[in-house]
Amino acid sequence: MPDGRRAQTEEVKGMKKRKVVMDAEAIERSLTRVAYQIVEKNKGVEDLVLIGIQKGGVLLAERLGRKISAIEGVPIPAGKLDITLYRDDIMKSGKQREIGKTDIPFSLNGKKVVIVDDVLFTGRTIRAAMDALMDFGRPKLIELAVLIDRGHREIPIRADFVGKNLPSSQSEEVLVKLSKRKTSDSVSIEETF
Amino acid sequence: MKLARKDLLGIQELSVEEINLILDTADSFIDISTREIKKVPTLRGVTVVNLFYEPSTRTRTSFEIAAKRLSADTINITTSQSSVVKGETFIDTARNLEAMNPDIIVLRHSAAGSPHMLSKVVRQSVINAGDGAHEHPTQALLDMMTMREKKKRLTGLKVAIVGDIAHSRVARSNIYGLTKMGARVSIGGPITMMPRYVERLGVEVHYRLEDAIREADIIMMLRIQLERQETNLFPSLREYAKYYCLNRKNIAAARDDVLIMHPGPINRGVEISPEVADGPYSVILEQVTNGVAVRMALLYLLSGGKS
Repeated sequence: MPDGRRAQTEEVKGMKKRKVVMDAEAIERSLTRVAYQIVEKNKGVEDLVLIGIQKGGVLLAERLGRKISAIEGVPIPAGKLDITLYRDDIMKSGKQREIGKTDIPFSLNGKKVVIVDDVLFTGRTIRAAMDALMDFGRPKLIELAVLIDRGHREIPIRADFVGKNLPSSQSEEVLVKLSKRKTSDSVSIEETF
Repeated sequence: MKLARKDLLGIQELSVEEINLILDTADSFIDISTREIKKVPTLRGVTVVNLFYEPSTRTRTSFEIAAKRLSADTINITTSQSSVVKGETFIDTARNLEAMNPDIIVLRHSAAGSPHMLSKVVRQSVINAGDGAHEHPTQALLDMMTMREKKKRLTGLKVAIVGDIAHSRVARSNIYGLTKMGARVSIGGPITMMPRYVERLGVEVHYRLEDAIREADIIMMLRIQLERQETNLFPSLREYAKYYCLNRKNIAAARDDVLIMHPGPINRGVEISPEVADGPYSVILEQVTNGVAVRMALLYLLSGGKS
């Protein structure tokens, strides 16, 4: 009961207004549904692998992997992918970006790869991720699972599995907080005035 | 953390944080060289000129491979085939290269300070690939990367550098870097090959091989430049080898888990015996592998941050 209330709570921090749109339980339920959808759409888990995009997608991929394993009773390989070197703005951003760890300890040839990320926004990250994956092998197919789809696509990319559609304005920021212990997980939307 | 520099001219001017940033970035580039497709699109459209006024196979190839694995275009200019032989000055060559709009110029030159001069003349980033007996920063970075990878730290390591210290840019860059990073550096070699006042760089100086390498975690043997034989620095190669060749016997003075390094090319039987060079503690070829990653990291860091 108190959790239901918290979802409506508004916090004001400085000139920013933050609203929690998903709490830990809501995230958990969404992931459970997405896990079932992945199994259903792929007619089982044969050749299925999950690739989490650094940083937000890594923990999500691990969690989805555990849920799918629990449903089907077999372990699901999960890897992590850092797309920094494949970004289309790397030479223009005026920033030196730190390069995260890429760890895909299995072959992608002939695999059904589900890319996992926390927020789908412009689609450019996913474009970069697909280019990167192609350099690791030739997957049978690539699907995309995201926790939040906030719209504003700049390239023709869509998700196959969506935890929650969250219409947002360009000026808002969507914050996904996930931790290993899950209790303080949340998705919130922050508006700057 | 950001490498806020246009050029990489030497280790001397780098901070501990900058060295750590370069080494950390290099660590994340290691994997790319082991993939099936050894290429990422990061530096697409970037042009790297390798301008080499001194012979080099390893360093030039390493820079070229590093650039290519990042999708940059590379052009190699070696002086024997260039207009230098037609009498063009260094600065004129540089200005002409600049007019063709490359992004990074990698320079090796026999005159100390030439990369510094070049960096003032051209707007491109300049990477020093060895200038006279001054510095060879990318070598020191790959050496530190290898030490850190194998020993998990640099602080507190005892590193012995043995050979012609006075003429070695590798030694100088390593001394600057290792002392900054908190390693203990001891140098060894005949007195004719020791620079004067070298102890002011914060190193221990020894004239016997065994003293220099005692309890060392790492031994770095320097190449004896055979062409220096005529300069009376040592009576003969045979005599040098007798006193300063690292072999299975004298290596016992170092720690049991000592690592053997060498910047190459090695003179087998002169500064290092074949059984040590090819032995279990030798990381000479890992150094070469890490060299590509360090140079990728530098090309990446120097190309980024431009708005």
